[in-house]
Amino acid sequence: MLENVKHVILVLSGKGGVGKSTVSTQLALTLKEKGFKVGLLDIDLCGPSVPYLLQLEGKDVHQCPQGWVPVYTDAGQKLGVMSIGFLLDDRNSSVVWRGPKKTAMVKQFLTDVYWGDLDYLIIDTPPGTSDEHITVMENLKQVKCDGAVIVTSPQEVAIEDVRKEITFCKKTGIPIIGIVENMSGFVCPNCTECINIFSSGGGSALSNLLQIPLLGTLPIDPNVGALLGKACVVDFPESTAAKVFHQIVDAISKEV
Amino acid sequence: MSEVQVPNNAPEHCPGTQSDDAGKASACAGCPNQGICASGAVKGPNPDIQLVKERLEQVQNKILILSGKGGVGKSTVTAMLSRSLAAADANRNVAVLDIDICGPSQPRLLGVLNEQVHQSGSGWSPVYVEDNLSVMSIGFLLGSQDAAVIWRGPKKNGMIKQFLCEVDWGNLDFLLMDTPPGTSDEHLSASTYLSEANLSGAVIVTTPQEVALLDVRKEIDFCKKVNIKILGVIENMSGFVCPSCKVESEIFKANTGGARKMCEDLNVPFLGQLPLDPRIARCCDEGKDFITEIPDSPAIKAINLIIENILKSIKV
Repeated sequence: MLENVKHVILVLSGKGGVGKSTVSTQLALTLKEKGFKVGLLDIDLCGPSVPYLLQLEGKDVHQCPQGWVPVYTDAGQKLGVMSIGFLLDDRNSSVVWRGPKKTAMVKQFLTDVYWGDLDYLIIDTPPGTSDEHITVMENLKQVKCDGAVIVTSPQEVAIEDVRKEITFCKKTGIPIIGIVENMSGFVCPNCTECINIFSSGGGSALSNLLQIPLLGTLPIDPNVGALLGKACVVDFPESTAAKVFHQIVDAISKEV
Repeated sequence: MSEVQVPNNAPEHCPGTQSDDAGKASACAGCPNQGICASGAVKGPNPDIQLVKERLEQVQNKILILSGKGGVGKSTVTAMLSRSLAAADANRNVAVLDIDICGPSQPRLLGVLNEQVHQSGSGWSPVYVEDNLSVMSIGFLLGSQDAAVIWRGPKKNGMIKQFLCEVDWGNLDFLLMDTPPGTSDEHLSASTYLSEANLSGAVIVTTPQEVALLDVRKEIDFCKKVNIKILGVIENMSGFVCPSCKVESEIFKANTGGARKMCEDLNVPFLGQLPLDPRIARCCDEGKDFITEIPDSPAIKAINLIIENILKSIKV
């Protein structure tokens, strides 16, 4: 399983809607821009967002003798993507599955996708600490997992769930690369005053409390939300987000 | 459920476990389950569904708060609805059941973070926030804030069943059930256990941008598949008024028309919009009552309007 993949990175958060998929896709795109060959695996089965965020909706997964061929974002096949979204007929139809079926699907995604040679495989996860996470953790015991990037937003109610996810990582022996604080501060486009909508500093407080590095702090930037498939490091190279993604990638390549 | 139910490993010509001939047909001879089928034990209704029905008979309105997407404000909206419902009428009894097992948020949002649940002769006593507002969550059963609930589906289902059967709510006018994101174990269990219990319906929460609506459409599809009535959709975080210049901007852009357009497309009621107010987020973090803390917030007017619409939807 995943023999030709050099580095595996999990993107986790106990909380939903904090930006796991946005961070995963931008991380993958940044790595791709730096010349690496990257794979992005979306194991959020009930709410896959990666196909939309990369504007790959409606693309099909093909079968080859070695397994499923991921969907590539570019002709050079530098970024391959796999998600349950590619297997559904209709973007509105729901996947109403209990745990065992989800477990089987995640396992298949880990074993049956033909990624080819990859420098990085980024795994985007759903919120929580349940079936999908346990399955990934169990299967990644056989391969070297470099660690997890934890995404949070600054408010207490998100931090609370993220602490549970960190406990999950510690209990299961997944190393934590660091924390990314997303949605911290919004610069009003009218008066350029920075407002902390979801409070601030939660990520650094958590990083101090649990002795985990803080990889960066991302502001709320509607431009990044609207990127859809384009890398913020290319389209908005001067933005704070672009600088933070460069930092994160540096930290990851140092770490792994 | 009405079609013939034949187990995968049944002998050929099995009449089905629900058939009158179950255990008695010629094909049943030699089947290891012949005895069970013949006794009629498999034909009765699921005893747990009956139990939930009996336990929740004293509850007038049972409402599920759903969303396919995480972090859109299911728990915040649940807390706001329950507080507003309870504050509007002191004789109205309201309760919140948090069935988000892996990430319970209600203890914090309702300001009862370190409370404990007590056992009594008639079941678990919920934690009381106000005289007429009680809450039950797995958060009360965990030892520390860092404790993670690393459970697969069946264990989560057992917990939800216990919450539905063993909590002593007393007489209730409203029971609001806050759910985790997705369309999986928790949702299926809740809908199954409540299938006979006269569920009023589901309130769906979303944010305006397409990446959230995408998952929310899946949740609406789920409700239609399992026959849960949709009371309507609430659009949260729509529009943000800058506290210093008072100009409104869209943080989460409704690039595909937002929840209103989705409701028109899918023919479900639209209940209203809640503005993004950082003071609400702060009240939630600190577990304070937003009605008394920030009485001037536009969100209060909005939530009361939404409650009116929900009550109308329930009656239809």
